[in-house]
Amino acid sequence: MSTQTLSTSPALDPVETSVPRNAPRRGRRSRGVSVATHAVLVVASLVALFPIGWLVFLSLGPGKDDYLHPSRILDTATLSNYSFVLEHTNFLKWLGNTLIVSLGTTVIGVLVAATSGYAVSRMRFPGYKKFMWVLLITQMFPIAVLMVPMYVILSDLRLIDTYAALILVYLTTAVPYCAWLMKGYFDTIPVEIDEAGRVDGLSPFGTFFRLILPLARPGLAVAGFYTMITAWSEVAFATTFMLDDQKYTLAVGLQSFVSQHDAQRQYMAATAVLIAIPISAVFYLVQKNLVTGLTAGGTKG
Amino acid sequence: MTVAVERPAAPSGDDRGRRPGLITRLKSGYQKHWYAYAMIAPVVVVLAVIVLYPLVRGFYLTLTDATSLNSARTIGVNHIDATYKFIGLDNYADILWGPTAYDRFWSHFIWTIVWTAACVALHYGLGLGLALLLNQKGLRGRTAYRMMLILPWAVPTFVTVFAWRFMLADAGVVNTTLDALGMPSPAWLEDPLFQQIAAIMVNTWCGVPFMMVSLLGGLQSIDSTLYEAAEMDGANAWQQFRNVTLPGLRSVSSTVVLLGVIWTFNQFAIIFLLFGNTAPDAQILVTWAYYLGFGQTPRDYAQSATYGVLLLSLLIVFTSVYRRWLNRNDVQAAI
Repeated sequence: MSTQTLSTSPALDPVETSVPRNAPRRGRRSRGVSVATHAVLVVASLVALFPIGWLVFLSLGPGKDDYLHPSRILDTATLSNYSFVLEHTNFLKWLGNTLIVSLGTTVIGVLVAATSGYAVSRMRFPGYKKFMWVLLITQMFPIAVLMVPMYVILSDLRLIDTYAALILVYLTTAVPYCAWLMKGYFDTIPVEIDEAGRVDGLSPFGTFFRLILPLARPGLAVAGFYTMITAWSEVAFATTFMLDDQKYTLAVGLQSFVSQHDAQRQYMAATAVLIAIPISAVFYLVQKNLVTGLTAGGTKG
Repeated sequence: MTVAVERPAAPSGDDRGRRPGLITRLKSGYQKHWYAYAMIAPVVVVLAVIVLYPLVRGFYLTLTDATSLNSARTIGVNHIDATYKFIGLDNYADILWGPTAYDRFWSHFIWTIVWTAACVALHYGLGLGLALLLNQKGLRGRTAYRMMLILPWAVPTFVTVFAWRFMLADAGVVNTTLDALGMPSPAWLEDPLFQQIAAIMVNTWCGVPFMMVSLLGGLQSIDSTLYEAAEMDGANAWQQFRNVTLPGLRSVSSTVVLLGVIWTFNQFAIIFLLFGNTAPDAQILVTWAYYLGFGQTPRDYAQSATYGVLLLSLLIVFTSVYRRWLNRNDVQAAI
């Protein structure tokens, strides 16, 4: 079929005319299609932005029921909610806790995920298949079955109310996926690079740290981001394992506002915005890498 | 130290001649692969201590009648020993076909299936649609659109769910708008049916960006000469989509759909934070199990763990079937 239409022979013409008139052509799309594309994308972007924008808007309202009367906020907008949260609550303490936990998880998690990802990408050791399978199954564990026994173990280890407990638990959720992701990314790096390193006398670990890791930066960025957001926004484990309100992470702290300031939703809104800012900033730093980093894991088995 | 970088499963030299004894094999395996093992050791150790052991213990709990009243606990200075006892498979029998099993398990089971199917379909459909739009040649403002569209992913779930609660509240902005447009304004956070719709809506909003970005990467990795060839052959847009785009996305799709199913099935945060304990009908199995184990007094550890084991088995069965189905269709998934 293709042989006939390979050249710009007259044989092409009947085929051409049979194509629907409004079919988008590469390079020269019709005006209508272009308008429709932008219309859809604008609507989708608005839907994506609106809840967050609305939250920011509500956080400016001074009254606790202002979320029911948004028009009131326009006249009385103020940043007082933010100063209240920063000065009169444990927000900064919680922020510190969250930073320790999420940075700790990210650093350890990415390192560990990268080494195991590299191992499964480059080496066919006995138990390789089983290891990949375990990584996948670990992601399926429902928290309900793990929560009680984990609590028992962590209290046996005297880790309740410590950062280490949360870091350990978050590692178990984030690392399996990241190792998977990193494996996919390492698969896209030619093996010849490893071989060149070995020929030049680098040890296996040297090859990994000095040649491969620098090349895998996009993959590392995605894995790091994924780990970080997992740790930053996890609620269930943090609620159960951190009992002392000096040790709360932000996710738990926000919940505690409900009882503490019963209906003072304006402070919750301001807190929520403050929580979202740092992690979104990190997100936009790595977002350039997201497309390459994520898909490498998906396209290469 | 004969460690070498091997790409494919290289036939090992051991297979030739007489098979050496177990010790020798272990030893040579260790010498050959020691650094692979060293590299995965941290993951294996952490998973074994923090996941495998709790899993075994959790499984044991399902065979007992443990609740917070008969478990070992310390009240002040007094330590009370555990008094729960082994009751075999009674928990499973009770949950699956005991009295009121429909209300306690099957209704949540059906809702979980509906929830997973609806959410993954919406995630994938919308994600693919947006990715296709973003991937068009010469689209203006692509970066700006992409930045805005991935925002729901960049913001922590508990923050966005919180924002949605404001919007879906009785006199919140959603209902005010619907009212103004002359449409009915349902009680999103109270009415059982609309709770379910609201949950699916919020989860869709949260989950589309991941699919969109993954699929966008998949689209970009499709060789553009394939489209040129298709165009030469006179394929119209739909035929190009059917015969070039979809097959090209197959391996990405099979992976993200599997992950999507697993993550949605176990999606705890959205329903838990959106409704708390106020929505018995909108609880999927995970949140319901959490409620049994932590949200009520006395806490029913055994039943909660049993739900967990049932959930896990469901997922494992699904994954095995899915994998077999993929293999039959000759799709290289990243599993």
